[in-house]
Amino acid sequence: MAECHPVGFRFVMEAKRRGATIIHVDPRFTRTSAVADIHVPIRPGTDIAFLGGLVNYIITNERYFTEYVKAYTNATALVNENFKDTEDLDGLFSGWNSEKGQYEISSWQYDGAEVGPAAGKREMFSGEPMSERGTQSGAIHHDETMQDPRCVFQIVKRHYSRYTPEMVEDICGIPQDKFLQVAEALCSNSSRERTSAFCYAVGWTQHSIGVQYIRTACIVQLLLGNIGRPGGGIMALRGHASIQGSTDIPTLYNLLPGYLPMPHAKYDTDLPTYLEANGSTSGWWSEMPKYMVSLLKAYWGDDATEHNEYGYHYLPRLSGDHSHQVTVAAMADGVVKGYFVMGENPAVGSMHGQLQRKGLRELDWLVVRDFAPTETAEFWKTAPEIERGEVRPEDIGTEVFFFPAATHTEKDGSFTNTQRLLQWHHKAIEPPGDCRSELGFTYHLGRRLRELYADSAEQRDLGIQRLTWDYPTKGPHEEPDAEAVLKEINGYTVQDGKAMSGFKDLKDDGSTACGCWIYSGAYADDANQTARRKPADEQTWVAPDWGWAWPSNRRLMYNRASADPDGNPWSERKRYVWWDAQKKKWTGEDVPDFIETRPPDYRPAEDATGTDTIGGADPFIMQADGLGWLYAPNGLQDGPLPTHYEPEESVAENALYLQQCNPARMEWDRKDNPFHRAFDDPRFPYAITTYRLTEHHTAGGMTRWLSWLSELQPEMFCEISPELAREKGLRNGDWATISTARTVIECRVLVTERIRPMRIRKRIVHTIGLPYHWGTKGLVTGDSTNDLIGFVADPNSSIQESKAFTGNIERGRRGRGRGMLEPIDDKLRDLPEVHKPRGKHGVRAATSQEDEET
Amino acid sequence: MATGFFTDTTVCIGCKACEVACKEWNQLPDDGFVFSGMSYDNTVMLGASTWRHVAFVERRRNDDFSWLMMSDVCKHCRSAACLEVCPTGAIVRTEFGSVYVQPDICNGCGYCVVACPFGVIDRREDDGRAWKCTLCYDRQRGGLEPACAKACPTDSIRFGEVDELRRLAEARVSTLHGEGVSDAYLYGVDQPGTDGLNAFFLLVDEPEVYNLPPDPSTPTKVAASSWSHVLAAGAALLGATVVAVVGGRQR
Repeated sequence: MAECHPVGFRFVMEAKRRGATIIHVDPRFTRTSAVADIHVPIRPGTDIAFLGGLVNYIITNERYFTEYVKAYTNATALVNENFKDTEDLDGLFSGWNSEKGQYEISSWQYDGAEVGPAAGKREMFSGEPMSERGTQSGAIHHDETMQDPRCVFQIVKRHYSRYTPEMVEDICGIPQDKFLQVAEALCSNSSRERTSAFCYAVGWTQHSIGVQYIRTACIVQLLLGNIGRPGGGIMALRGHASIQGSTDIPTLYNLLPGYLPMPHAKYDTDLPTYLEANGSTSGWWSEMPKYMVSLLKAYWGDDATEHNEYGYHYLPRLSGDHSHQVTVAAMADGVVKGYFVMGENPAVGSMHGQLQRKGLRELDWLVVRDFAPTETAEFWKTAPEIERGEVRPEDIGTEVFFFPAATHTEKDGSFTNTQRLLQWHHKAIEPPGDCRSELGFTYHLGRRLRELYADSAEQRDLGIQRLTWDYPTKGPHEEPDAEAVLKEINGYTVQDGKAMSGFKDLKDDGSTACGCWIYSGAYADDANQTARRKPADEQTWVAPDWGWAWPSNRRLMYNRASADPDGNPWSERKRYVWWDAQKKKWTGEDVPDFIETRPPDYRPAEDATGTDTIGGADPFIMQADGLGWLYAPNGLQDGPLPTHYEPEESVAENALYLQQCNPARMEWDRKDNPFHRAFDDPRFPYAITTYRLTEHHTAGGMTRWLSWLSELQPEMFCEISPELAREKGLRNGDWATISTARTVIECRVLVTERIRPMRIRKRIVHTIGLPYHWGTKGLVTGDSTNDLIGFVADPNSSIQESKAFTGNIERGRRGRGRGMLEPIDDKLRDLPEVHKPRGKHGVRAATSQEDEET
Repeated sequence: MATGFFTDTTVCIGCKACEVACKEWNQLPDDGFVFSGMSYDNTVMLGASTWRHVAFVERRRNDDFSWLMMSDVCKHCRSAACLEVCPTGAIVRTEFGSVYVQPDICNGCGYCVVACPFGVIDRREDDGRAWKCTLCYDRQRGGLEPACAKACPTDSIRFGEVDELRRLAEARVSTLHGEGVSDAYLYGVDQPGTDGLNAFFLLVDEPEVYNLPPDPSTPTKVAASSWSHVLAAGAALLGATVVAVVGGRQR
């Protein structure tokens, strides 16, 4: 966190000054480790084993927060009798369909009840959508004693029973005494009186089982009672200034603003069907029709009426998976013709740079908006394959449009940070030359498209023709007024155009319009609430008057959990939100995240629907059953409980199960995407992990063009331990060549004790650390780490697996020109299928492959 | 009233925001794009174009490994060698108690470079003049704190009145001692060789570990004592001569 989020880390240092214990779990010793109380080196790709070890420790030693677990989680719920755990099926859950390579999830459900998730993938399978938001309020059968072997608590207990300190040491390389030190520190700081927080970033997400990493942390935090309470939680540290904002108002293909699902072409044939399949009869998502209709009203204004389902049919539909890697592979196959790249540099920053650039070469047109002509904008001119002579610029037909972009100081707008806090920034100076804001670019693009399609008689163009696109503009470049956009996002009453005060006032009858329901209130009272900057010493410690947080300016979500089931604070020290019995309402330091007047003893009637199903002691109001899910009966592609699987390419065999890798992971079986053996590949004996440095930002588009940052980390380098350096004859400052089946890169060598060899089941495993900032353009250049990585992804989020894979390191620089790829056997590159893990989804992949070869 | 820096190395996270903020505010050139191989330090030392420099020390002591980081800067010595040896009067002490090089007067003689006991001040190759931290004289004149302190996310660099900083620093040392960090101490508060530093540091190891001199002193002070030795020696010699002469006469 100090390494990649130094500004946010100031709060960690402040906590440390006040006595907090900082524990840092990372394969390498970083700037965070330098100031942490405990550094825990871990083998890349094994965090579920570590976190599962914590779950086992908490349960075995009865360190969980019993009252919290019983009241606020689904620990007592009974699960379908057909459910089989990975303990029963050697690494698979029940419902695995080996033909489709997917799970059929009906056996994961609660006993006698189907329940949907608050978030997650709807279109989980090629068949009917299976994880639509719930139609039942929750489990029907419970065991309050948590002793029934079919209750969630016992299932979790059994699932992690083999994740012992010895097993953690065997898998993660963490000595048992260090593991126990961490477990004890965490447990002793989690109770009525104390809370602990987790922070993570892409070191958890960029794995073929990444979503389940975070799920494991959720289980730990729910067991310890650290969710919905001050000082607790799980914080995702986002990689850019407003990545949270671009998730809330998404740049994601399968979401509409406010986490409303994108309609699917096959199932969501009309608005009622869409709302039925994606809404919920219980919990807060039962309000979804209001949010969807208001969104459609914001899009199509007066043209959106009950008669035309509020313009629902103008919306584009999903026909399948259009995530990043899927799209790039389709580009490389000539299926996708045009590509917008805005503020991103996939030729350097995304996995398998060669395949990325191959995709770019097959396009008809490419638009890049950035501060500088990045490697993505000039893939046709400077790239490794061009240097090697394999590709000639004159053979590339892609037409490239480069648009210079304005920086944040040159435009108005808001940033949304990981705490869901919107903070407004004002334009300080006009952007130079042709540089323009994203808002200006998008607005004028839309305006021109509307002109272009004005005379079209095609039904499909109605959505563009009738779109409300009437933002007031100002200045010499006709820049749209960003506050007018914020007001539309906030929502307004259609009749008089007054700003909504919050999402609770939204209607499903077309009388309100709202661009993003969760942001409703950000422009309440027709004032920009996100621009508030009251100093800390002029307000309470929760600081409600600094910026604006969604939803409803709540600084801590699910804060009903900060009080006990009766509505009293768990302790004086941790009091935050509580039930005021005299005034008969919830009150506290923060805006209560609950129905304000619902008493703690309210219990929904059997026939209750909508928000009436939310019981007075059910804090997790977005869930159909109001509970924190230790066990997820729905919503995940790869199992109801996180399970340790090795990365696609690993240095070790899975010590827990026959199943080696995540069975449901996304793989791309193509000649230009060869894989290593699942484990013990003699050609690629070392574990590799990748990361950022403080001095550069991701693919370098913002930093490698600045002298003051470039001089701080001027060259691509690898970090290796003195032991590995000795083994390979490498000295500090030397050149080295790193190879995978995808490509070869060169870099300088930094020999450091900050990278340690690990003992994994009596054998020594070496890790190579690689920052990934460099490319062929800018003041400082170097080979790109991401060129080494193959296309493999998490099935839930489609995120690349770049934090754990295998490779080799040798002394000296790589070859030049056509000789560059010498360290890899040509035969191997031409026949990649030989190296794909054999057997169904990596089961005994290496062994069966060897069998075939002999 | 002197202002200065208290740099607490125990909360430094090595982000180098101070280096960059300094270069940006003062519009300094880069030091070249060279991979040093010295941990994460590629600007290597303070110089004419690097007025804040973060040192990275990878330190193993038996089973204990640590990564020390320290943002180094001009110490603005109370008895400043550079100022004392400057023949043109280019280096002055400002109303903030800081040591300031007036670039329009400096003639690039370089006496200050060899005189500085910390190796801080340096001549720029292109214009030949001597440059170093100004304690953001211009920002202070405008009521702003120096750029490095402003940018520091963890308050490792504290700016303020030296006496107040000293109280803060001493309190911090005793807090750390209470927490078991017995190695913590202040470097430079009362450095006798320089009559104290207006920019001082909280360290947890010997000064040499951070590439700081253990006993810095202003050459003129040494020179003064040298001259007194010379005088003493001269007097002794004179006395001996007199004795000899007198003795000779006696003969």
